[in-house]
Amino acid sequence: MSTQLKNLPLDAENIINFSSHRNEPKWFTNIRLKAFELAAKLPLPKPEKTRIDDWNFTDFRFDTKGTSVKSLNDLPEPVRQLLDETEQAGSVLIHHNSEPVFANLTEDLKNKGVIFTDLATAIQEHGDLVQKYYFKTDKWDKHKLTAIHAALINGGSFLYVPKNVQIETPIQAIYFQDASSSGLMAHTIVVCERGSSVTYVESYLSDSSVGSGAANLISEVFVGENARIKFGAVDHFSSGVVSYVSRKAKVEKDGSLQWALGQMNDGYTVSENDTNLEGDGSSVDTKVVSIGSGAQKQNFDNYIRHAGKATTSRLLVRGVQKDSAHSIFNAITKIEHGASKADGEQTQRVLMLSKDARGDANPILLIDEYDVIAGHAASVGRVDPAQLYYLMSRGISKEIAEKLIVEGFLEPVVDLLPIEGVKKQLSELIERKVG
Amino acid sequence: MTAPELKIEDLHVSVEGKSIVKGFNLDIKGGEIHALMGPNGTGKSTVASAIMGHPKYEVTQGSVTLDGRNILEMAVDERARAGLFLAMQYPSEVSGVTNADFLRTAINGRRGEGNEIPLMKFIKTMDKKMQLLEMDQSFAERYVNEGFSGGEKKRNEILQLMMLEPEFAILDEIDSGLDIDALKWVAKGVNAMRSDHFGCLIITHYQRLLNYIKPDKVHVMMNGRIVTTGGPELALRLEDEGYDGMKAELGIKDDETVEA
Ligand SMILES: Nc1ncnc2c1ncn2[C@@H]1O[C@H](COP(=O)(O)OP(=O)(O)OP(=O)(O)O)[C@@H](O)[C@H]1O
Ligand SMILES: [Mg+2]
Repeated sequence: MSTQLKNLPLDAENIINFSSHRNEPKWFTNIRLKAFELAAKLPLPKPEKTRIDDWNFTDFRFDTKGTSVKSLNDLPEPVRQLLDETEQAGSVLIHHNSEPVFANLTEDLKNKGVIFTDLATAIQEHGDLVQKYYFKTDKWDKHKLTAIHAALINGGSFLYVPKNVQIETPIQAIYFQDASSSGLMAHTIVVCERGSSVTYVESYLSDSSVGSGAANLISEVFVGENARIKFGAVDHFSSGVVSYVSRKAKVEKDGSLQWALGQMNDGYTVSENDTNLEGDGSSVDTKVVSIGSGAQKQNFDNYIRHAGKATTSRLLVRGVQKDSAHSIFNAITKIEHGASKADGEQTQRVLMLSKDARGDANPILLIDEYDVIAGHAASVGRVDPAQLYYLMSRGISKEIAEKLIVEGFLEPVVDLLPIEGVKKQLSELIERKVG
Repeated sequence: MTAPELKIEDLHVSVEGKSIVKGFNLDIKGGEIHALMGPNGTGKSTVASAIMGHPKYEVTQGSVTLDGRNILEMAVDERARAGLFLAMQYPSEVSGVTNADFLRTAINGRRGEGNEIPLMKFIKTMDKKMQLLEMDQSFAERYVNEGFSGGEKKRNEILQLMMLEPEFAILDEIDSGLDIDALKWVAKGVNAMRSDHFGCLIITHYQRLLNYIKPDKVHVMMNGRIVTTGGPELALRLEDEGYDGMKAELGIKDDETVEA
């Protein structure tokens, strides 16, 4: 076989085998094969001011095995901590080394027609639905990383909420990697049909036993007419894992979406978060926090497109940079011609904690319509000496005062996460990464 | 325990190379409340900031001791733990940090590791003090001073004062922006602190606050130093006459311009 990806000793036959082992339908296998062929040819994405050519996106094992668990108590500690103790019987899906190992959906939700399962099962049991939404917010042949993803998908989740179903309790997915050199290629689809609502929280974590590995994640979110989705996430891959994480959403008429993302990876990261406000009156509220530490390099793209009339977007990006970390933050608000009465506002703030760290915030407004409101603010700065003085004047030591200020700076996302265990994990991650 | 004493001798302070405070002397003992008045820009807040250790304010001469200890050698947080408190004219906002977390951290900073205040006790104490200041309970969970009105910020300063129970407090224009009722609650808070183990310097422009918190002494500051000292009647006189009469009487000219 001629097609080969650098460092990825695979051929089309391996892919066919993997696919048939998973009982995948023809259409899905075909995308895998086409994507595999293109993956070798397509260029890497070109994130602003970040060279990623020599990052390891391809050297990993993708056919790793998870260990099924009968009870949540058998889960590894870091995973168990993410679950709310009070919600033992909640709707949760747990993946270990990219395989589903525990799944629960409450009877009530099942009866209402809600589907929540791993992607492989969804493809088999609800193939048409998956096909309807698979790679619809973005194209799989966009660049090398999307193609690698489409070729080698080995995990993911599928959440479908039918018309007019309101789900109160958050739905949770957890991905835990500990197999050496493993690569997680997880594809997630979240759909809320007209008039429904849901809160979904995904957590990614890896143990240092992975060593050098990769994560290539794509989550697609569809907010139907008048539907409402709150999407929370905490990413925490260990330092050897190179991540490409793409979260893309489309919002229909009068739908609303909230993103609350805690991007706490310890390794190199390229992140794309896009929202397409397609329908009139649709809205999005995006809040993203991150910490760069060690010698980490990261690039965060946050993109909001206003296509519908009277669409509203709020984007808040906050990043802390310490040690010799290096991050680029791009925020793009695009208002299309015809999107009259659109209102888009973005704020990016980067807090520098060391002189060796680098952080860049690039605010971009692209506006093709007159009757709109658009605003941006971007700043890169240090801890405010006046705040520090104020806290210290109450007897708080300089170190703790700084920590309080930094934690406060990242609080907006912690505040929004609806699951106590995940909230706590993010707080602890922040504390640890900042400390 | 001997009564605490804050002693300021011949204090000179510069801000950005400009000399602002020029020979300020003051001695306050536990149990005493002093008021410091004076025209805008004479250096009242500068004295307060220098005592607390604000990094912008450079002490070029003189000494400040608390119970005989030289506080000018201490870092800001050490001064606070030594027993000093400054209710600031313009308190900072700290987003994302709740008032309760902030106060608990501050209290525990003073008490030291292993001697932290029990959570329930903290909550009860805070509830009680907030009630006394007529502050809504929601202020405990709100971020420090963020979105507080001017008067709410001032009340929050007094809440901190009451929670931290310092030996000495400097209250810098704690009455500005307070409505008449709030002024009474704040005064009630300060009066509740009164004891032989607590001394206080109140910086104010208005005599009204001194009706509620009776000072032992009133000092008037001009051009970087105290120019006259009296009892509560001095504040009344100033309210009537303003500073001009006093300037003429004491033969004080407006501050000479400092050459660049
Ligand atoms: N951080 C600073 N930078 C520059 N100038 C300063 C600073 N702080 C104080 N000053 C100057 O020092 C002088 C004294 O200011 P200070 O705030 O101490 O006055 P004050 O007596 O408290 O006045 P007010 O009654 O208006 O509060 C003023 O001329 C002020 O402009
Ligand atoms: Mg002042």
